[in-house]
Amino acid sequence: MSFWTFSTDILLLPVLKGTLVTLQLILLSVLPQFLIGNIIAAGRVYGSRSLSFACRLFVGFFRGTPLLIQLFILYYGLPSIGIYLEPMTAAVIGFSLCGGAYMSEYIRGAIQSIRQGQMQAALSLGMSRIKAIVYITFPQTLRRALPGCSNEVVYLIKYSSLAFMVTCLELTGEGKIIASRYFRYTQVFIVVGAVYLILVTIATRLLALLEKKLEIPGLEVSRH
Amino acid sequence: MSETKILKVEDIHKRFGDNEILKGITFEMAKGETKVIIGSSGAGKSSLLRCINQLTPPDRGRVWLDGEEVTHHKKSISGFRQRMGMVFQEFNLFDHLTALGNVMIGLTRVKGLHKAEARKRALHELERVGLADRADLYPAQLSGGQKQRTSIARALAMDPDLILFDEPTSALDPELIGEVLEVIKKLADGGMTMLIVTHEIGFARSVADEIIFLEAGTILEQGPPEELFLRPKYARTRKFLHKITELYGD
Amino acid sequence: MLKEILQFMPMLPYLLQGALITLALVAGALAVGFGLGLPMALGQVYAGKAARRLIGLYIWFFRGLPVLILLFLFYFGLFSLFKLNLAAFPAAILVLGLRSAAYQSQIFRGSIQSLGQGQMLAARAMGMDTLRAIWYVILPQTLRVSIPSWSNEYCILLKDSAVTYAIGVMEILTRGNFIATRTYQPMPIFLICAAIFIVLTYGGTRLLHNLERKVSIPGFEERGGGKLA
Repeated sequence: MSFWTFSTDILLLPVLKGTLVTLQLILLSVLPQFLIGNIIAAGRVYGSRSLSFACRLFVGFFRGTPLLIQLFILYYGLPSIGIYLEPMTAAVIGFSLCGGAYMSEYIRGAIQSIRQGQMQAALSLGMSRIKAIVYITFPQTLRRALPGCSNEVVYLIKYSSLAFMVTCLELTGEGKIIASRYFRYTQVFIVVGAVYLILVTIATRLLALLEKKLEIPGLEVSRH
Repeated sequence: MSETKILKVEDIHKRFGDNEILKGITFEMAKGETKVIIGSSGAGKSSLLRCINQLTPPDRGRVWLDGEEVTHHKKSISGFRQRMGMVFQEFNLFDHLTALGNVMIGLTRVKGLHKAEARKRALHELERVGLADRADLYPAQLSGGQKQRTSIARALAMDPDLILFDEPTSALDPELIGEVLEVIKKLADGGMTMLIVTHEIGFARSVADEIIFLEAGTILEQGPPEELFLRPKYARTRKFLHKITELYGD
Repeated sequence: MLKEILQFMPMLPYLLQGALITLALVAGALAVGFGLGLPMALGQVYAGKAARRLIGLYIWFFRGLPVLILLFLFYFGLFSLFKLNLAAFPAAILVLGLRSAAYQSQIFRGSIQSLGQGQMLAARAMGMDTLRAIWYVILPQTLRVSIPSWSNEYCILLKDSAVTYAIGVMEILTRGNFIATRTYQPMPIFLICAAIFIVLTYGGTRLLHNLERKVSIPGFEERGGGKLA
């Protein structure tokens, strides 16, 4: 079978199916990642000594161990203590926790980069601490942390491929199955790889647009 | 006393580490008065202001705003702060909001006004300080003097009973100081109660009803400008006034 | 849980052998990445347009694809296509190394550019040709400035090494999984593996930090517009 017939007859459908699952994984994980990132960062900056320490441990664990091990623990390990997760659930939880830990570092840096004086000015206007955090600190934190968090989203697109290792059939998984069945590894993975490259390129463009949209003169976002 | 004092400060003590910065400050302010606090750096002037609006709660002592006690009332401190405006040396404008946004946010998020109303009021305040045409610029696009005038407008928008000024011109380039002092003078003429910490001696003389000289954590002398300048009671006062007039001019 | 973990202590040597494999993987990949990445960075800064385009393409390719895809593509596909019969371990080093080169080139490029034009100008003004200037002036500074980011790359490679489980490299996770499937006690095993990774991560970072201090030049960070500026 030639390259093209193989691609259209056999490869196309699984690749589309797999891409859909991959997109699902990504979209389900992005918001929880960001939420967890904010909660952990807030816990570290505004929380008590013990809360701050707990958050540090959280970040230390999820940044110090491979994502794959975290997924294995969630999917293969938890059943031994009675928790049975679906492959996709385990993957999404793993991505959210791990990505959240990374995002929390960017967000924490952003929070700490905002001068103390702004909080004081907000308080002196009569805002409560919470209001000040929501209306003054957060809008600025968001912009400062955006490059780092955008980075994380791009990583998420790539690392979603690991969901296959816990039996979630996303793009990589579908590809591997077809490839091993027909012994056409190079061809299959060139196509699959192309899809990832397209996804990553589109995402990078979109996120750059988002950054531009939120840009405020004087509120420099530092690129790492 | 027939009138309640707007601000009453009694026996304020504040210590930072081993250093006792404020050693028992007591004074009062009547409505419409402008008092200026002067003193050498580190004498505790800024700390005093922050003890008054509880940004840094004092270790000892009490503060009353228009008869109601402010100290030791953690829950209602936001309410009190709404009635005490503060203008900072480093402006502390909110970088993510335009000048208009900065003035509006207290009205919308603290006082709960509708956006349209808040906008109208905010523009009015910006006009008062001469910045109506800069309303849509961000802090990074404003000069130092414009930033400070915006922060004054922000404080004014809250309809405060009094405004605390913490060295409002110290961070400004010399040619920008004048525009800010002008605004403050206008406010004084308009009857606003103001407590100002500053080095601008000439300005202090012209705008103050009373000058307080803070030295080593206590009030060494206080009195109307002419009295303090022409007949200071203490040699230290005279020395300080002399030095500062030399440095900062008249 | 503690009891279960302790009962696996006799398995520790087996796992630690995996740790050696992991470290070898990381070291190899870092070396390949360095050997390719540094010249690429120099190419991006000093070479002509065509070279820069090519390098850009390489970087886009190796940074845009998931590690897993790269491993599958090369190990199962391209290597056999080009009759390159590599075992899993060397293949993994090569693939991880090629990928690391893409990231390391960006690290070094950033460092070189942070030095500013002045350094090269001064060197040329003294009569050095570009190559000599790079060797004696640019590189010594670039390498020092890059250590923190390079330390980050170490951490990333360490974690990516676990993905080589997918092509059968006998590193920590593969061995852990081996034990787990035979003893039906995945949880304690994987926790032990996680602990080993944490030790390798933070231990390595600490060592690199010490290296940074040892080779640091006083006043260097300030000049570069760093935190002290």
